[in-house]
Amino acid sequence: MLLQPALTVSGILFALGVLGVLLRRNAIVIFMCVELMLNAANLAFVAFAQQLGVAGQIFVFFVMAVAAAEAAVGLAIILAVYRHRRTVDLQNINLLKG
Amino acid sequence: MAPLPLPPLTLLWVVPALPLAGSLVNGALALVAPGAKRAVSLVGVGVLVLAFAAAALAVLELAQLHPAAPLVVHYWDWLPVGELQVAFALQLDQLSAVMILVVTGVGALIHVFSVGYMHDDPGYARYFAYLNLFVFFMLTLVLGASFPVMFVGWEGVGLCSYLLIGFWFTEQINADAGKKAFIVNRIGDFGFLVAMMLMFWHIGSLDFATVFPKAATAFAAGGPVITAITLFLFLGCTGKSAQIPLYIWLPDAMQGPTPVSALIHAATMVTAGVYLVARCGALFALAPVASATVAGVGALTALFAATIALKQWDIKRVLAYSTVSQLGYMFLGVGTGAYAAGIFHLTTHAFFKALLFLGSGSVIHAMHRAYHATHAHEDAQDMRNMGGLARSMPWTAALMWIATLAIAGIPPLAGFFSKDEILGAAFARGAAQPAWYVFWGMGLGAALLTAFYMTRLMLYTFHGPNRTGDREREQLHEAPPLMTGPLVVLGVLTLLGGALNIPPLLGGGARLEHWLAPVTGVAPAAEASPTIEWALVGSAVLVAALGMVGALRLLKPETLVPARLAPAERGLGRLLWKKWYVDELYDAIVVRPVLWLSREVLWKFVDARVVDGLLVNGTAAVSRAVGWVGSRLQTGEVGVYVVLFVVGVIAVVGAVVR
Repeated sequence: MLLQPALTVSGILFALGVLGVLLRRNAIVIFMCVELMLNAANLAFVAFAQQLGVAGQIFVFFVMAVAAAEAAVGLAIILAVYRHRRTVDLQNINLLKG
Repeated sequence: MAPLPLPPLTLLWVVPALPLAGSLVNGALALVAPGAKRAVSLVGVGVLVLAFAAAALAVLELAQLHPAAPLVVHYWDWLPVGELQVAFALQLDQLSAVMILVVTGVGALIHVFSVGYMHDDPGYARYFAYLNLFVFFMLTLVLGASFPVMFVGWEGVGLCSYLLIGFWFTEQINADAGKKAFIVNRIGDFGFLVAMMLMFWHIGSLDFATVFPKAATAFAAGGPVITAITLFLFLGCTGKSAQIPLYIWLPDAMQGPTPVSALIHAATMVTAGVYLVARCGALFALAPVASATVAGVGALTALFAATIALKQWDIKRVLAYSTVSQLGYMFLGVGTGAYAAGIFHLTTHAFFKALLFLGSGSVIHAMHRAYHATHAHEDAQDMRNMGGLARSMPWTAALMWIATLAIAGIPPLAGFFSKDEILGAAFARGAAQPAWYVFWGMGLGAALLTAFYMTRLMLYTFHGPNRTGDREREQLHEAPPLMTGPLVVLGVLTLLGGALNIPPLLGGGARLEHWLAPVTGVAPAAEASPTIEWALVGSAVLVAALGMVGALRLLKPETLVPARLAPAERGLGRLLWKKWYVDELYDAIVVRPVLWLSREVLWKFVDARVVDGLLVNGTAAVSRAVGWVGSRLQTGEVGVYVVLFVVGVIAVVGAVVR
């Protein structure tokens, strides 16, 4: 049915997310790209759920719950970093350099 | 060859155990109460006298049985390792009987002498601990029933020799002499070890009772294996018994106390090599090349050392080279196959050489006291500082003259019979192998030199004007009876020792030879005709007389000056005085290259560069380099980590999916 197009969209979204994480430097953009990848996975789950049963849709709920928690923690961290360093550019945040 | 279990002989262990106990007690006293000299003397001398009594009892019992096979007493399994079964067992046969009597008998006399000689020494207890320990190891050496047990004694006497040469170790020269003796002996011990391993490899046992009967079937006569074994054994002998090329330690060993020189470096330990060759007669009989080497090296050493003795001024050094020379005679004897003659000379030599050394000890004692009384710092051992001592020390002089006549080979003293027998055997062997005529000639030449240098020693020490010094002269006194007593006993033995083995030619029964027959076999030496034998005896006596008369005529004690005024030697005299420069030669070709190799290659290259540089510091450098590379990866930038993470995930997924 719609499996093929849905998976394609999911793949594109995931690739966009990966590229965003790899290429962008702004922490908030990277954070949004991570969300993008999570949602790409959600789309794939839903698409498969049509054929393989309801388990995929239950997983989507889990993912959304985790993503919400992650958003709360992640945004808080980014906010703390910004207060401390006055920037959210990851290139400048390298305290762990060996 | 089954061991005969005899109840009393199981007490054979008492003979070596007594000196060991004495050594332990004296060693403890040396640590706890070094001043308890009375107790030390009592223990030190007492155990030796008791050991002599025990040895005499054991030998008496042996004499009643006079068995054809050695009496082996097995005590415990010492090294049961696979095929190698070594028991700690002692054996008594006619050969070891002679040896234990000599060791404990002469040893006891020398212990008594030491009580007087060492009395004022602060290390008195330590001295007797070492001396007793030496006797224990020497008895282990001669009583051991297998090569390993013998080797324990062999190493032990070397250790005691080292300890006693360096007894006054606070002086560098004494410590060096001890070290030299130990290191040179290591070379010989290496030979002994190799011989043992070869023997085990080919026969599978190291017990005398197994090796000797099997040797004849296990080895082809004159074959390479038996020749190698016997030559390696002989290498061990050249170390322990101071033969060319390893004799160099013995003269330096004279740095030890004089009774030590008498006991260890003249009468007993240095004869261990002769004993070993006689013990292994069954092996040497199969290796004509090795036998000829033994005889040849012995004859050469006898002659060579005698030439050096001609020009030494230190009274003990003359006697040391004389010992080397006389040991050469013994090896000439045993190498010729005349084991009884070699052991006979060993015995008589123990008597007269101990007498000579103890006599020289008594002289040095007197000289030392004289110089000590006037606070002079002259050499108490240099014959140029002596002269005319017969007037103040008549006993010592008379007894040393007896020993001198004996070692020169003047009949009817002990040395005459034994030396004559060796020379006779060598000459008789010459009929079959002409090389032995050369050996005989060398032995005869050495006899001439022996008579000469011994007369020289006596002349310079005891006769002519006194050169000690005007104030010192009144201080020269005869030694106390405790020291002259043993001299008298040894003098009697020197006078009568020849009676042990008077040859049939002179109307005797050759008793020692018959006594030793079960061990050494009946002497195979071809009997020369009586005419030739008389000629040989005559030539030996003639040569000895010639040497003595020559010395009396040529040497002028009146013209000697004290050591500190003496002019330098020239020409041949200098060459002999410098001992043919052998020490310098060894220094140049062995000592210096080894030191150079150790310093320049082993230390500066192998140790400093390879071990320290490459291995130790190299390991650290590699760790640091790896750490540096790792730290480069820790950029602290999240982006880089993510890239690596993604690459990793893709790699893992790719690998799983494929």
